[in-house]
Amino acid sequence: MKLKGGSSLWIGGVLVGIAVAAAIAAPIIQLTDPVLDANLMNAEIPPGADFPFGTDAQGRDIYSRIVHGARISLTVGIVSQICNSLIGVTLGLTAGYWGGWWDDLVSGLTNLMLAIPSLVFALAIMAILGPGLFSLVIALGLTSWSYSCRIARAQVLSLKSQGYVQAARILGYGDLRIMFTQVLPNILGPLIVIATLGMGGAILSEAALSFLGLGIRPPYPSWGSMLSEARDQITTAPWLSVFPGLAIFLTVLGLNLLGDGLRDILDPQSTTRRA
Amino acid sequence: MLIVIARRIANVVPTLAAVIALIFLLFSVLPGSFISGMSEEGRTIDPAVMERMRKEMGLDDPLPTRFAKYVTHVATGDLGTSFRTREPVTTLIGPRIWPSLKLVFAAMTFAIGVGVTLGFFAALKPGSLIDTFSMVGAISGLSLSQFWFGLMLMYLFALKLQWLPSFGYGDGGLTHIILPAVALGVGPMALLARTTRAAVLDVLNADFVRTARSKGMSERRVVTWHVLRNALVLVVTIVGLQFGSLMGQAVVVEKLFAWPGIGSLMVDSVFQRDMPAVQGCILMIVLFFLVINTLVDLAYVAIDPRIRYS
Amino acid sequence: MSGPLLRVEDLHIALKTEAATYNAVEKVSFEIGRGEAFGLVGESGCGKSITALSVMGLLRRPLSLSGGRIILDNEEIQDASVAEWRRLRGKRIAMIFQEPMTALNPLSPVGRQIAEMFVLHQGANWNEAMDRAEDALRQVQVPSPERRIKDFPHQLSGGMRQRVMIAIALACSPELLIADEPTTALDVTVQAEIIDLMAELCAAKGTAILMISHDLGLVANMCRRVAVMYAGRIVEQQDADAIFAAPRHPYTQGLINSLPRLGERSRRGRQRLQEITGVVPSIAGYPSGCRFNPRCAAVTDICRSVSPEITPLPADGLVRCHHHG
Repeated sequence: MKLKGGSSLWIGGVLVGIAVAAAIAAPIIQLTDPVLDANLMNAEIPPGADFPFGTDAQGRDIYSRIVHGARISLTVGIVSQICNSLIGVTLGLTAGYWGGWWDDLVSGLTNLMLAIPSLVFALAIMAILGPGLFSLVIALGLTSWSYSCRIARAQVLSLKSQGYVQAARILGYGDLRIMFTQVLPNILGPLIVIATLGMGGAILSEAALSFLGLGIRPPYPSWGSMLSEARDQITTAPWLSVFPGLAIFLTVLGLNLLGDGLRDILDPQSTTRRA
Repeated sequence: MLIVIARRIANVVPTLAAVIALIFLLFSVLPGSFISGMSEEGRTIDPAVMERMRKEMGLDDPLPTRFAKYVTHVATGDLGTSFRTREPVTTLIGPRIWPSLKLVFAAMTFAIGVGVTLGFFAALKPGSLIDTFSMVGAISGLSLSQFWFGLMLMYLFALKLQWLPSFGYGDGGLTHIILPAVALGVGPMALLARTTRAAVLDVLNADFVRTARSKGMSERRVVTWHVLRNALVLVVTIVGLQFGSLMGQAVVVEKLFAWPGIGSLMVDSVFQRDMPAVQGCILMIVLFFLVINTLVDLAYVAIDPRIRYS
Repeated sequence: MSGPLLRVEDLHIALKTEAATYNAVEKVSFEIGRGEAFGLVGESGCGKSITALSVMGLLRRPLSLSGGRIILDNEEIQDASVAEWRRLRGKRIAMIFQEPMTALNPLSPVGRQIAEMFVLHQGANWNEAMDRAEDALRQVQVPSPERRIKDFPHQLSGGMRQRVMIAIALACSPELLIADEPTTALDVTVQAEIIDLMAELCAAKGTAILMISHDLGLVANMCRRVAVMYAGRIVEQQDADAIFAAPRHPYTQGLINSLPRLGERSRRGRQRLQEITGVVPSIAGYPSGCRFNPRCAAVTDICRSVSPEITPLPADGLVRCHHHG
């Protein structure tokens, strides 16, 4: 499953590190302004010494646009996963803890979320809210919390059956305190793994929505919107399609490898199950 | 046996009802619904026309009345009238169903064929060249943007090599479906390779496999008589779950390859702010998914006697 | 033909981990005669199960045979090829495992799992094999076998499953049956039935038994000779009667003292069952000298430094202790 000797953790870490560094340092390492420096004299120059990844139809430098695109991709990935984790953990903890009708309702909601393909759901939300970064974060942050919800709920139930929760209650701890001190630390590992892998998924979804024209709109340089523009020029300027796609691939690959590596460290039960 | 089947089918009903309610809430209650959306596009709409439209669509009725109306319509197979073409939404969706199903099943066939085979042989020789190759391929496949992969396939096989048509449905033959199916299937293929490998490794360590070996079976017989079916039980579950994400991704891949399916209809309708059509498409996709999941459940029942009799 | 059915000589089994290689089993030797029942006793983790697996050629990574000879009917089999092992397993040596819950394929009817034996080793076709599977089920006293052959393992009780395992193991009338804790997972009331059935069928077919258990009482009832293993070595071997009458190794004495005895309470009053203090050392932390010394009541200085050699006892017996006697 994993590459030998935890190398997936290292390769993943390096790839993600590069993406994060590029996002943070984008204004410094850019060659030209990604939006404003359009120059039709430079249109559709293949990759070379002046423009390492070539230029697009408006003469903008692809490398600079990709570096800035990392900001959008990572922002969407991180913020949407924070939303998903918060929603999932809150619903899962309370459902497992309180049980009763609330548990039934949350289970119903979880099944509902699993019944609607998340990209279709996100598409529907984008259709209603309209394009833009904010809508993207909402659409992707509301639609894939079912895994973290299930894990949180299962953990509460298992701790409940082991008597931890009851013991804490007898000691006079409040519900919230029990949830945060007894339950949360136990699921932090799996949650981090899920969020890491989920970030990859969110980046892919962002690219897909932007590609359809429903996410980030031109001229802003999201990897998906760059691909959307590049598609029509695939015969004349294939590099326009190659580089943003590679950026998505390597970033998501990095997150997936990192998630796999973290799973072996933070979530050993599932490691033994796989071995 | 029949009771089990009936129970599985009955399970679908509440979920479907919840989906209908959710779609209604999303599209009818949230602000920024279609009429304001229409005027957003830069056209001014005569207030009188707007008023007439609201009346016509019953938008001024109280919410419960509208919901009751919507549910009765959906229940009788009426998905509303398209804003654009003024045709019933069912007429729009009807001809799209078959191409969509064809694409999704072609993609899944590819994913199962390649993914399960790779995962299976990887598990038989852990640490070997084929194992390393499959698992590196699997994690890469999981990280691919399916529409980008499709774009690259299109560039290479359609535009450069000109082996296959670049887009469209053509006469519905095999050549047109290959590229979109491969692009769509690469994600589930990768996941299936990984899960199959894990499942086969799991089963190979099971006690009953040791029993089989102690009977004096060749390793090949052990695998074909005892391992394969048990691993399949685990793989079938993943196949069922993967249909969901496959149908989501199909929306983008259909659009990329101009495939005349429900997904591309949905995207076009979103741009045309044709909300009844969008709702109809979502409902259709969810219905597909639920039906397929029920079928997978039944397949599961057929394979695993422990479920059949409990 | 002469000589014992099975002779294990100076058997060594290695456990390879990334850090080091350990001897999981060391210097183990024993013989089993034709039709004889031989017992191998010890706590879990002492190496008795992997000794059995090595006789089946079923050791898998990280375990491997690292020395010694296994001789079946005057023929060395420890280096047998894959194809040779296939002809030995099931046909000449068969094995019953501890867990009847997981030892049968959950997705295959039990009749088919028995019938496989006839297809594999006697070239029967499936119809014929299924008929004979039904007979085999009848032999192990499963009620209404004609219906049971179609049942799946989860539809049978633990005792019934173990009967199915016995039917599989004895299907081809092997020369040796290895029974690895065959009744440990079962209810006490079922245990005796299964043991009796096994002994009866083996006697009828002339099959020798290698009985592996942690239960010295059970083994002594069934077997003529008994070997006691501790931490990868045989520490004592005697006739069953002799071992009860005069156990020579402190570990054997401990095992006997920990057995509950019916009818003795009145004589000795309310005496507690005695347990052996401490636990079996882990394979990475075997103590120097005698491996039993940290748990031994009669320990002296020499036990801590010098590993005891084998002392022969009458009637082919042996003991590995500085203070035997």
